[in-house]
Amino acid sequence: MNDGRFAGIPAFEAAALLLVPLVVLGIHWMRSPRTAARGNALGAAGMLGFILVTLAGRGLLADPMVWVGLAVGAGVGIVLALRVRMIQMPELVALFNGIGGAASAVVALLALRAAVPVPPPAPRVAAFLATGIGTLTFAGSLIAVFKLARWLPSRPVAFRGHATLCLALLGGLLALAGIGAASAGGGAYRVAAAVIPAAGLLFGVLFMVRVGGADMPVSISLLNALSGVAAAVAGFAVGNPVPVAVGAMVGTGGLMLTRIMCRAMNRELGDVLAGRLADAAGAAETPAEAGPSEPARDPADLLAAARRVAIVPGYGMALAQAQPAVKRLFDLLEKRGVEVVFAIHPVAGRMPGHMHILLAEVNLPYERFLELDEANARLPETDVALVVGANDVVNPSAGTVEGTPISGMPILRVTEARAVVVCNLDRSPGYAGVPNPLYDAPKTTLCLGDAAQTLSALADALAAQPASA
Amino acid sequence: MNALFWVVLFAGTAAVGYRVLRAVPALLHTPLMSGMNALSGITVLAALAALGAARGEGPWPRTLAALAVALAMANVVGGFLVTHRMLRMFGRRGNGEEPS
Repeated sequence: MNDGRFAGIPAFEAAALLLVPLVVLGIHWMRSPRTAARGNALGAAGMLGFILVTLAGRGLLADPMVWVGLAVGAGVGIVLALRVRMIQMPELVALFNGIGGAASAVVALLALRAAVPVPPPAPRVAAFLATGIGTLTFAGSLIAVFKLARWLPSRPVAFRGHATLCLALLGGLLALAGIGAASAGGGAYRVAAAVIPAAGLLFGVLFMVRVGGADMPVSISLLNALSGVAAAVAGFAVGNPVPVAVGAMVGTGGLMLTRIMCRAMNRELGDVLAGRLADAAGAAETPAEAGPSEPARDPADLLAAARRVAIVPGYGMALAQAQPAVKRLFDLLEKRGVEVVFAIHPVAGRMPGHMHILLAEVNLPYERFLELDEANARLPETDVALVVGANDVVNPSAGTVEGTPISGMPILRVTEARAVVVCNLDRSPGYAGVPNPLYDAPKTTLCLGDAAQTLSALADALAAQPASA
Repeated sequence: MNALFWVVLFAGTAAVGYRVLRAVPALLHTPLMSGMNALSGITVLAALAALGAARGEGPWPRTLAALAVALAMANVVGGFLVTHRMLRMFGRRGNGEEPS
């Protein structure tokens, strides 16, 4: 039994580790949009290699159930990947986070029940933990999908004792893993194996319903990390090194994005998870009803006279499907010799990088996409900041009003531009529920309504203007 | 068992992963996440092993293991494919040069 093994691992599985550098190189190539597609293909090739080695090494090639499982999964994956619209990417990524967690949980559960000669303590604890992490990732991700798809309200749902219950569940999960691991195959072991999945599911639901909509980019990144951690821990439970290595990288990637998103909102991860929001809309004072201080300027005149324009996209652009109108306006402005950039806040949209893919989809040049700091440095020299369906990320009260979900969040300082044109649906507060005084600023011209229509009208009006530049 | 091996494996790949991951620009964070979805489907290896090991047992372990294989495989195939769909948009002709 010991020959052909390395550190207790079958030799072919240890050898499969040699394919891990392919995955690393693949991620390395994701550093530039020119090489990223190649990197993704390399990662896929590595994965194919892992699967083939496993099939051959474990003598599974002639097992029909194996092929049914692989084919059904591949089929579902293909349908989902081809049918999803770019605007739905957050839902799809959240769904995949959940599916990955579920797969790891099932694997870990099987390792627990198949433990007739009970596995040694460390893998046993790992199997219990992977069951817990996998189930909570699954349940939490489904709640995220429901919130993103608006099948559930996106605002945080909390009840009295919510935090206590969550902490108790988390403690219970750990205790169960300990108890189960300590009792070598007895009744307690079976009870723990039965209760952990239920506790994990309940915890996943409870902790995600409490997370508010504005925190979705953070939560979705965290669930991404957890799906990797679940895979790594499950890999350890069954003594397979490849999931440990690859899962560790996924966990790292998710955590890195979680940190970036938290920093972009100036929030602590713990506060996000604990749903510490203060009471959202109530805390923010309603801005004084300032009447129009100047006669409303025509936004097309503003754009026609501009030399530098910054477009600030938000999730409202996606909802209105206004990207083609943005592209048309961009082309018109370019033709007039106007310098146009896109100022993209890290948490605009519902997930990291959401705005970038929506704009790239309509062929807008990504070298014009500026990040927060770059954009803020440029806004004072910008003639017109054109806000398209963005709200929280340009809300000046983030810096002036305490106790709101966005307090302290670094924003795109559009008011530093010479003029601001806002093409939002209405004046209602954004996802975070905080009223936006930008709407009443003297510099601001409002074009309320469906952004696809208001932008098209703006483009028509601009096209009718004589070229001045 | 060789505990050190596992700790080094986990921490080492996490560290190497961090070095390459943090170089990925915000522009590509969504494809990065869907690529990570595909990689989290690596559980398919453990699921395949479980399916093989459950031979000769009742139908339930086999069915559950096959379900795990299908779930993980949906992640693998769907994740890589949707990532490819997105990255093709960035690689398109007329979409400018690499940003500095």
